[in-house]
Amino acid sequence: MKKILTIGWKDLLLIFRDRGALILMLGAPFVLTIGLGLVSGAFSDTDNGTGLADIPVAIINQDEGELGAALVDVFNADGLADLLQPVAMGDVAEARRMVEDDEIAAAVIIPSGFTDSIIPQNATSEETGDVVAIDVYANPARPISASVVDGVVQDFVNRVETAVLAVNVSLSQLVTSGTLPMSELNQLPAIGQALSAQQIAAVQTDNQQLIEIRQDTATSDSSDFNPLAYFAPGMAITFLMYTVSLGGGRILQERDDRTLARLLVTPSSTTQIIGGKVLGIFFTAVAQVGVLVGASTLFFQLNWGDTLGVIMLILTVAIAATGWGMLLAAFARTPNQVMTYGSALMLTFGVLGGGFIDLPREGLLEWISRITPNAWALDGFVALGQGHTIADITTELLALLIMGALLFAIAITLFRRRTETILH
Amino acid sequence: MSEPILTTKDLRKSYGDLEAVKGVSFSVLRGEIFSLLGPNGAGKTTTISMLSCLLSPSGGTAEIGGHDIISNSLDVRKIIGVVPQEIALYEELTARQNLHFWGSMYNMSGKALKARIDEVLTQVNLAERANDRVSTFSGGMKRRINIAVGLLHKPQLLFMDEPTVGIDPQSRRRILDMVKELRDQGMTVLYTTHYMEEAEELSDRVGIIDHGKLIALGTQAELTKVVGQQETLRLHLGEGHLAEDHLELFTAVQGVLSATALNGEMALSVTEAEEALPGVISKANAVALPIRSIDIEEPNLEAVFLHLTGRALRD
Repeated sequence: MKKILTIGWKDLLLIFRDRGALILMLGAPFVLTIGLGLVSGAFSDTDNGTGLADIPVAIINQDEGELGAALVDVFNADGLADLLQPVAMGDVAEARRMVEDDEIAAAVIIPSGFTDSIIPQNATSEETGDVVAIDVYANPARPISASVVDGVVQDFVNRVETAVLAVNVSLSQLVTSGTLPMSELNQLPAIGQALSAQQIAAVQTDNQQLIEIRQDTATSDSSDFNPLAYFAPGMAITFLMYTVSLGGGRILQERDDRTLARLLVTPSSTTQIIGGKVLGIFFTAVAQVGVLVGASTLFFQLNWGDTLGVIMLILTVAIAATGWGMLLAAFARTPNQVMTYGSALMLTFGVLGGGFIDLPREGLLEWISRITPNAWALDGFVALGQGHTIADITTELLALLIMGALLFAIAITLFRRRTETILH
Repeated sequence: MSEPILTTKDLRKSYGDLEAVKGVSFSVLRGEIFSLLGPNGAGKTTTISMLSCLLSPSGGTAEIGGHDIISNSLDVRKIIGVVPQEIALYEELTARQNLHFWGSMYNMSGKALKARIDEVLTQVNLAERANDRVSTFSGGMKRRINIAVGLLHKPQLLFMDEPTVGIDPQSRRRILDMVKELRDQGMTVLYTTHYMEEAEELSDRVGIIDHGKLIALGTQAELTKVVGQQETLRLHLGEGHLAEDHLELFTAVQGVLSATALNGEMALSVTEAEEALPGVISKANAVALPIRSIDIEEPNLEAVFLHLTGRALRD
């Protein structure tokens, strides 16, 4: 394994010392993302992540109790006056429309009965068991502003939960110690009535969440979606095919430079050498997409979504793309041929996979696009960017893994057959 | 020098109908410099490629350090070092990074590898350039790093395939001195060359190879006995006169055994130079062939090759 890692690391080092390659691997997709972002107006978005102020947010308070009013007060507090611009509304549908039309960053809907579900005045203990959800309807075109609104709601909910739990724990201690008979609980006013035997048990065993925040992102058409969240992964994956072609070409370049022959006379197996070359391509692919994701996060304040999902998607798309790079190297006879085939593949996959334009992938086109890692990865990245989690992109992850495994198997079989002829 | 470290028996390699090596048999003794001398395309590199387990032989056998090169290639590759004819280095890595990488491929690591890298860099006189990229080196310096890689793991048997091709005389001198130092340190070297002078200077024993066949084998003294007391008259003809046009003319002269041409020069193999010289000059005058100068050469490996093949070594 050490030799495989050494060869892989050496290849990564060599590619990152090639200025021409770096320009195409990192510079080109970055510049094209900026270009496409400018054309699509992504940079004129009011929510560009810097200088956040006066975030428009609709508050629909359908609760008649104290907690609903308290949350409205939080949004209208002096401390948040510069940051938020809350508007009280009564029509949920209208508020949602405003979010979808990018007029506001989010709508916070406090449902009827919210206070009663937390501090029952007249409710029965059974009713108090229901979890009531505050709905934060977020604008995907303003992810940062929406996350600020969500943060304010979350903070409020945390405070309420802390207070409720503190009372519950105190009462549970009194009940379990025998200081307060269960029969006398009903005599306690307000919050004491909320404490059922079940709740005591729950509080004693875990941190049960009493209040749920339902996060919802508006289903937007293309005009609402931040175009950079599409172009950045699209370009990164498109140019990933260039990178893996370069990596595949290095195998044949090693033959031309006679370093492959020198490797083969060392006490290293063919598997170690091919494994090292594969790892080199994989390392380079991961590094390229990783750098582009990092750079677009830093410079465009692009929110790529669920971190674990993004990492897994980078790894799996790198595996699939590496498979294509190996296959190219296995078929081609010279490094130049690899690059020629690779460039053709990069453009074809870029178009088919939707890296340049969001083609309507339907029917035959849908099927053809599925042979490209681009289509699967782009779907995954867009889903994550829209707030989905790793669990929602398991199909994409599996498809990329299977694609990589199949391509490796074919490429390695071809390589083994060509080990001797490849030296001449 | 005692037992053989390498033994080949009837080693062959064919590419389709082309037979590149046609049944080569020889042994290399521990601690000696053994040269395979022959013109380009004679089969030297193909032989070394088979012995270093890079190419599978089409026939015959070979053992290195008691290990069969086919059935036990991994053990063979552990004890051999290879300095290929071409520069086989990563030009965008530094000399030290190259050596570290290749050392790792020979299962070396840590402080031992670092110390050995410093040692070989000193040995090839490039310690000061250790951290410079190989792409900034001259051809001679690259050749020396190329050799250093082969020495890194202290191989029992070092294959050096034409290590002085295309370099300046100063670098060539350094490399030849280095090869002799390696022999003095006890390393066994199998050296291929088409330079007769290198084989003469370095070798304990020489195998002469031509058209894939080993045509002579022995010490220099043993080989020159093959041509007896023959000497070589080297005639430098005047401008505009091709040696090839006059070969038949001189073979008829008394005392001349054979005549070959190379780069405008004519090489006459003679039994006794003093005896043959008057006849040669007389014949040249008779046909008005201008001779600019004449060199008389004692028997050497060139003469041996000429005697055995009827061709000059650099044909």
